[in-house]
Amino acid sequence: MNRAGLVAARLLQIVPTFLAIGAVVFVLARLLPGDPVSAMLGDRATDEAVTRLRGAMGLDEPVWAQFLLFVGGIARGEFGTSTAMRVPVTALVLERLPATLMLTALATLLAVTIAVPLAFVAATQAGRWPDLLIRAVFQVGLSSPIFYVGLVLLTVFAAGLRWFPVGGYGTGLAEHLHHLLLPAVTLALSFSAVIMRNLRASILGVLTAEFVDFARSKGLPRRVVLLRHVLRNALLSTVTLVGLHVGALLGGAVITESVFAVPGVGRLMVDSIFARDYPVIQALTLVLAVIVSLAFLATDLVQMWLDPRLAR
Amino acid sequence: MRGRAPLLAGGAILLALLLCALLPGVVAPYDPLAFDYAALLQPPGAAHPFGTDQFGRDILSRTIAAATIDLQIALFATTGPLVIGTAVGLLVGYYGGVADAVFGRVVDLVVTFPFLVLVIAIVAVLGPGLGNMYVAVTAVGWVFYARLMRGEVMVLRGQDYVSACKVLGYGQARILLRHVLPNAARPILVYWMTDMALAILLGSSLGYLGLGAQPPEAEWGVLIADGKNLFTQAWWVAVFPGFAIVLAGIGFSLAGDGMADLLDVKR
Amino acid sequence: MTAPLLDVDSLRVTFDTPRGPVLAVDGVSLQVGAGEVLGLVGESGSGKSVTLRAITRLLRRATVTGQVLWRGRDLLIQAEPALRAVRGREVAMIFQEPMAALNPVLTIGQQIEESLAAHGTLDRRARRARALELMDLVGIAAGAQRLGAYPHEFSGGMRQRAMIAIALAPQPMLLLADEPTTALDVTIQDQVLKLLLRLADELGMAMVLVTHDLGVVAETCSRVCVMYAGRVAEAGPVADVFAHPRHAYTAALLRSMPRPGPARERLAPIPGQPPRLDRAIPGCPFVPRCGLVEPRCPTHAPPLVPVAPAHQAACWSSARVAP
Repeated sequence: MNRAGLVAARLLQIVPTFLAIGAVVFVLARLLPGDPVSAMLGDRATDEAVTRLRGAMGLDEPVWAQFLLFVGGIARGEFGTSTAMRVPVTALVLERLPATLMLTALATLLAVTIAVPLAFVAATQAGRWPDLLIRAVFQVGLSSPIFYVGLVLLTVFAAGLRWFPVGGYGTGLAEHLHHLLLPAVTLALSFSAVIMRNLRASILGVLTAEFVDFARSKGLPRRVVLLRHVLRNALLSTVTLVGLHVGALLGGAVITESVFAVPGVGRLMVDSIFARDYPVIQALTLVLAVIVSLAFLATDLVQMWLDPRLAR
Repeated sequence: MRGRAPLLAGGAILLALLLCALLPGVVAPYDPLAFDYAALLQPPGAAHPFGTDQFGRDILSRTIAAATIDLQIALFATTGPLVIGTAVGLLVGYYGGVADAVFGRVVDLVVTFPFLVLVIAIVAVLGPGLGNMYVAVTAVGWVFYARLMRGEVMVLRGQDYVSACKVLGYGQARILLRHVLPNAARPILVYWMTDMALAILLGSSLGYLGLGAQPPEAEWGVLIADGKNLFTQAWWVAVFPGFAIVLAGIGFSLAGDGMADLLDVKR
Repeated sequence: MTAPLLDVDSLRVTFDTPRGPVLAVDGVSLQVGAGEVLGLVGESGSGKSVTLRAITRLLRRATVTGQVLWRGRDLLIQAEPALRAVRGREVAMIFQEPMAALNPVLTIGQQIEESLAAHGTLDRRARRARALELMDLVGIAAGAQRLGAYPHEFSGGMRQRAMIAIALAPQPMLLLADEPTTALDVTIQDQVLKLLLRLADELGMAMVLVTHDLGVVAETCSRVCVMYAGRVAEAGPVADVFAHPRHAYTAALLRSMPRPGPARERLAPIPGQPPRLDRAIPGCPFVPRCGLVEPRCPTHAPPLVPVAPAHQAACWSSARVAP
């Protein structure tokens, strides 16, 4: 199968995945205790009002019909109305999504920028003090809970030194970046530790590979050997890791948004869970799962592009 | 790092924490619940190395006492997934077939949802509290152990010594339990160590959010949440319990590294 | 006699391992003249591959002492830039396992051209033309397409040819070949060996061929150097050494080879194992397996001395050795 065929096959795989995610979310939502209708109308609702609303929401239909309604609704982009905030869920989610996406993108950028050069230094100096120091520092980062790091950074740099605003989001791109820098650093800390550890091991593995010796024996300049031969091969497994880590990153974003009061989908998720706002929970779970699926897809595609051995 | 150093260092840290967890009354200088209106919000000093909170409670003692809950979390949040995951992974990896195909789909599905979000969602449904947190983590977490185990078993089942066992006429159970499991178990044990560190991070995160340990249970995340609003005036209330979490994480990681070397497992 | 191109003198290589220092090469001396093909023969662990890599300082975590004179200059003390100018351009190397020695994410064309770019002043067009020439030289058909292919898309024999093409791109004067045919099918082995010999001849290139196969040496080399436990046991013209071995090890090695002739003869392997190299060996390392041991063998290391014209051996029992 040629490359185009492989890519197409991979893209098609996503359809059954999305359906499965939808089914899981649907089932989980139905398992939640409490009657959403009574919750919405309150204690003093009349039986008639409850029945009417039930009918309007389609809750008196058989389960399979409800599922079809659900899927149909998703296809049309309708997720219902938020019980806590009384606004259409779709609009709510779309309003909050950019902040989270920007946060995770910024965090990824920072993490990669920190991790790659340091992994290089650690690997080429393996066993000596720069390596031990780097690994020790990252080990501490890896062992630190995100909410703790966030809290410390917030207090020191925002509340204390006033270099950054104390949470929030601001308006306009420049303000967004300014507000999101601390939370992004918080997220990037543990993410970069994971990348660093993996890349370091990968580089160490490649450094002793025979093709590196062959490249050296050809009299190639050191820089060419390190970048073209060592790094290009070592990055292969790290790219996979980054892609697979998106789920954990989103989980971290949930906490970070809570600590820094960033109006993103992470914080919306937590708030909705506390408020038992089922339509929002349902929609968000779906959205998050879809994002992760797309990230996995992107990872596979990037891998296929970087490693010619996979295009078979 | 090579050699026994990481294992000993990690072990020492964990031992110290274990001591705090098992005998808080002996290790802690003050009663963690005792209010002291004469010493409200004291900064770290001779009398209170970690300072006091708004009720005069000694932070050091509270942190030590909280070790009990956090180490419990490390154990209880990981043992369920370990046992269930190992069992499922062993069977699925060895026998393959339809079960393996189904397992593959389940893994794909679970992995697509951010772990924390799933756990929070389940806990929210069941109600906040440690017990429900254990249920949530076990319900989702077994998949990772199972996946690891399956991978190991699949490699082993193709090995010559397994074929040799079959030729000798050993029963399936015997092959599985006495030959495959001990070898496949090594990476699982190393993973378990790291998972315990992750469990503490998760547990404290949930404690911070109010979904995990509930007052009056002391847990490091809960302690940090207590100190959250006081951060600008009394940073020590939230900072020191955080150190404990980091220390525990380092302890488990070092022990995990040491174990990996000892058991000859590639990380 | 003209000065040899490569003159290795008393080369010692010690590896720094977690279990202590290991002496892999202990006082090896050898010479290679222009256009000559030297066979470097020995069992696994004899130090032949290490010797080869030590010549162009490719070893890691190793202490290398001695002298490696390449056209009069000692490679062991050259600064990096000077060393890199020699590597590839004057002394090239090919490895045993081409799948491992070729970068999997670069095309063969890219790997040839980077060699040319590092050492020459050819522009892109000229490099491409030269690359095509090389494909032709090593006998790879459809050169133009093959240049854009990746290593995993080649068969074993072709991969080895590709590696040879890459190594020969800057027209080196000496080719160090580390067991280039060991990993290949027997039928392909022959083809590749013949290719190497033809190229050495056509390009006027000298070659050091490391192998454990005496048959290969007999067919391809003009001179042979037999190594054992990191030391040179015997060195000399191939015909002479094979017909009149003067080291107990060489003789035993020759005897242990299967030969065409009267059928159903028992093979005569050399009993025992090569020695461990993490402990110093005061005398001759072959003592535990040797049938001609003299009283001074275990305690006094025999020096490498001439035993016939251009033929040296390091054996106290040299005179008693019979083929």
